[in-house]
Amino acid sequence: MSILRRTRERGRAFLSKPQLDAELEAEIATHIEFATDENIRLGMTPVEARRQALLSFGGVNMAKEQQREARGLMKLDILMQDLRYTVRSLCRDPGFTVVAILILALGIGANVAVFSVVNTLLLRPLPFPHSEQLVWIAPPPTKCGLSCGTYTTDAYDGFRQQTRSYQDVTGYFAFSGPGNLRLSLGGAPIPATTIDVIQNFFQVLGVNPAMGRAFTPADAQNGAAPVVVLTDAWWRRQFNADPAIVGKAFNMNGQQVTVIGVLPKTFDFGAVFSPGTKVDALTPLNLYGPPRDWGNIITFIGRLKPGVTIAQARSEAQAVSTNLYFSLKFPETKGNYKDLIVPVSLKDYVSGKLRRSLVVLWCAVGGILLIACVNLSNLLLARAAARSKEFAMRSALGASRARIVVQLLTESLVLSGAGALLGLVLAFAVVQWLAHQGAVALPLLTTLHIDGAALGWTVLIALFTALLFGLLPGLRIATGSLQESLKDSGSGSGQGRKHERLRSVLVVSEVALACVLLVGAGLLLRSFMKVLDVDMGFQPEHAAAVNVDYDDSAPTDTASAEKRGVIFRQILARVGSIPGVQAAGISDYLPLGQNRAWGTPFPKGVKPPDKIPATPLVYVVTPGFVRAMGTRLRGRDFTWDDKPTSENVVMIDEALARFLANYANWPNGDAVGQVVKQGGGPDLRIVGVVENVHEESAEGETGWQIYYPATQAGPNSAQLVIRTSLPPDTMAASVMGALRELNPKQTAAEFRPLQTFVDHANSPRRFFLLLVGSFSALGLLLAALGIYGVISYSVTQRTQEIGVRMALGATLGRVQLDVVGKTLKLAIVGIALGTIGSSLAARAISALLFGTAPTDPAAFIGMIVLLGGVSLAAGWIPARRASRINPMVALRNN
Amino acid sequence: MSSEKLDLLQGTLDVMVLKTLAAMGPMHGYGIARRIEQVSGNAVLLNQGTIYASLVRVEQRGWIESNWGTSENNRKAKFYVITETGRRQLAKEAAYWERLTGVMDKVMAMRPGEATEVEPA
Repeated sequence: MSILRRTRERGRAFLSKPQLDAELEAEIATHIEFATDENIRLGMTPVEARRQALLSFGGVNMAKEQQREARGLMKLDILMQDLRYTVRSLCRDPGFTVVAILILALGIGANVAVFSVVNTLLLRPLPFPHSEQLVWIAPPPTKCGLSCGTYTTDAYDGFRQQTRSYQDVTGYFAFSGPGNLRLSLGGAPIPATTIDVIQNFFQVLGVNPAMGRAFTPADAQNGAAPVVVLTDAWWRRQFNADPAIVGKAFNMNGQQVTVIGVLPKTFDFGAVFSPGTKVDALTPLNLYGPPRDWGNIITFIGRLKPGVTIAQARSEAQAVSTNLYFSLKFPETKGNYKDLIVPVSLKDYVSGKLRRSLVVLWCAVGGILLIACVNLSNLLLARAAARSKEFAMRSALGASRARIVVQLLTESLVLSGAGALLGLVLAFAVVQWLAHQGAVALPLLTTLHIDGAALGWTVLIALFTALLFGLLPGLRIATGSLQESLKDSGSGSGQGRKHERLRSVLVVSEVALACVLLVGAGLLLRSFMKVLDVDMGFQPEHAAAVNVDYDDSAPTDTASAEKRGVIFRQILARVGSIPGVQAAGISDYLPLGQNRAWGTPFPKGVKPPDKIPATPLVYVVTPGFVRAMGTRLRGRDFTWDDKPTSENVVMIDEALARFLANYANWPNGDAVGQVVKQGGGPDLRIVGVVENVHEESAEGETGWQIYYPATQAGPNSAQLVIRTSLPPDTMAASVMGALRELNPKQTAAEFRPLQTFVDHANSPRRFFLLLVGSFSALGLLLAALGIYGVISYSVTQRTQEIGVRMALGATLGRVQLDVVGKTLKLAIVGIALGTIGSSLAARAISALLFGTAPTDPAAFIGMIVLLGGVSLAAGWIPARRASRINPMVALRNN
Repeated sequence: MSSEKLDLLQGTLDVMVLKTLAAMGPMHGYGIARRIEQVSGNAVLLNQGTIYASLVRVEQRGWIESNWGTSENNRKAKFYVITETGRRQLAKEAAYWERLTGVMDKVMAMRPGEATEVEPA
């Protein structure tokens, strides 16, 4: 009790120091007066009486000090003293202070920003309740795109009924393309994107609408009234955050759809399931409507029961997979999914692939912090050297070494604290910017923000950096000999030299660290350039795509195909006549976008092997499409004479042609003109062989493609592609005008240059390159600062020596050469050590490289030239100063 | 030996302050210091100034209270008075001192050879 009370009192006393001091002062004064009075009464003279009174009191100051110590918080008092002293001394040296705080702010800011990214993507659980229970259920990765990553409705029902591991299983329709929802508010329809989800989607994820309700089973039945749930962003953007939106109906895709709910701001479908894309609305998927027969269309997401492990779920899925039907209508499809149902944690699915990149990023930014610390250490050492006499004086006056070290550490803490504050501001700006990079195909990026964890991290690294850069100079000072420091005039004697050696070691390590960063960035840059150089199999430059609306509804497939042919032909003729359009064509899907597969055709009369390594992706196209894409073609393109009723024709890519040629006896192994069959389907004559297209990413391996004419097969949509001689953007107005002329209901769809598809696919690599690149630039700058600091300091220290040498006849060139030589020595040792470190680091990041060896000479040579050049420049400035030293002035100095 | 003053044990001054206030009623710092000197027959090594560290320590524990008042010769002084908790604490301390001095007396009264005659407890 009394201890608690005492602590509280001490705290209070600490806070009301001046008042208590005054009180004590008064009390002691009265004490002395009482004693003097008594002594006078005993017969002393007033002077003697007072002298005796003071004598028996003991030291007045000591008594005050003792009382204060007993009363308040001495440690805190000292700390406040140190703080005041630190702030004063830092203000006296604004140049040093500003540079130090800036260096720290950059280092800490970069670290906090990257920590926020790593925390959001990797460390923090997904933004769903009990997200550790959520699993993504898909086949192991294959080369046939989305069709091999999805399941049929029959498989969904079977899986849901036969498994016991899950609270529930949900999923969504994987083939919804951007702009698939046309909102008509009068005027041209507005394109938006909706995803069809199974009605229990929100229950399984644990997402509750912010307004209104989620879907119910009744919403997803045949004949149900059409409903939609809006995302927060679309509700704000398109509907002005209308608080009474629930219950209102809008014309979407030609029918009145009722808004039943608005999702919370925290739910971003794209951020989790489809990075880099924007989803505006969610609609219920009717499993018992037409999609029943559409084949593999649903992705599975499950929520495990509490306590069920992924391994258990996996073995159950393995067992269940043999009982599932691709389609219940075809009993022979039982077991089609054998070994093709593998649950993985949703978190791993979303960000597992990024783990390595993020760890590299984290290391790079840690390297920056180290460089910043070394740099600061170096600056502080220089400052400490200049202040060594001050410290010697203080310790001669009775300050203990611990006291001086604590004082120096206080200084580092103040610096790192200020740096951390400024760094936090920088990090905040960077994170804001990153969170708005909606086009970067990285998951969860839009949910990025500085949170409590990031603040904690800031405090942690601020303390860590303060210790790291403050301890070395502190110990250095504290262990130095008192006498030596007092004698050391600071120029050319022992202590100065020792400081300089230590500082050189620091600079060398800084250069070595910068080396590692530069080589890493260099390798990533080379990889990125290689990725940009990849022949995509089409020419993205000078081409653009736009989603075209059409209505081909007709009683029969043939009639529908004929109607479609007429519409497409008309569109292409009209668009093709626009000046500047060199070629135009239509496909339902585009490379680097959505895709699907229908199975692998095989040479007619040859029995297919049991295991076919891949399935070609299907593109349903018009004549002119391959030319508009800039894809090379052997044989002939489709023509308008390939009618619904004439011979069925296809085009395939070279890789598939080569594969098929292995099984068929084709003259010269040439597929052009040969006939293939798919299952029990009609004969398909291969009229052309086109080059292999990168359909999923620039750096991934390519699969196979097969092209069907839009007049013989059913397309899912129509993407008009034009190739122009003018910049594609400038064509937007005329092309949209032409489309609207033909179809007044044409949506105001986005006109996208093909290059944006490629950029989007490459965006994660570009993103990481940008970050690592800016970090290494920062590292280079800091290393240059370090070199400059050391050389410049040593020139100042040796002003006299240089003066003497010049007086004795040393030439300007000779003096400059000396200084530059010294710089080079530091740089060469640093680069040599750095090269060793880099080759180790390069091997560690080899998995992130593309078409670039970890020993890539260009990266290493580039680094050596860059770092050498920058070091030379950093040394050249002090060298010039050295050569300008006037011997007379230098000698008179000091 | 006898001419040298006694060094105070840690904490003993606090007890002396409490006892003095308990016995004498409200007093100011000088009075307390003088009283202790007189009672001890000037045998305690006491810089009068040290009394103030002790006073603030004891006051912060809530064992005494202080108020500014006027002395008999009309000087403004800070008067200290013992509190109820202070009295309880003093009783505890007194008991402790009694036990300690008792033990010390016995130990000091020990003669060579006597150690073997100690009865087993």
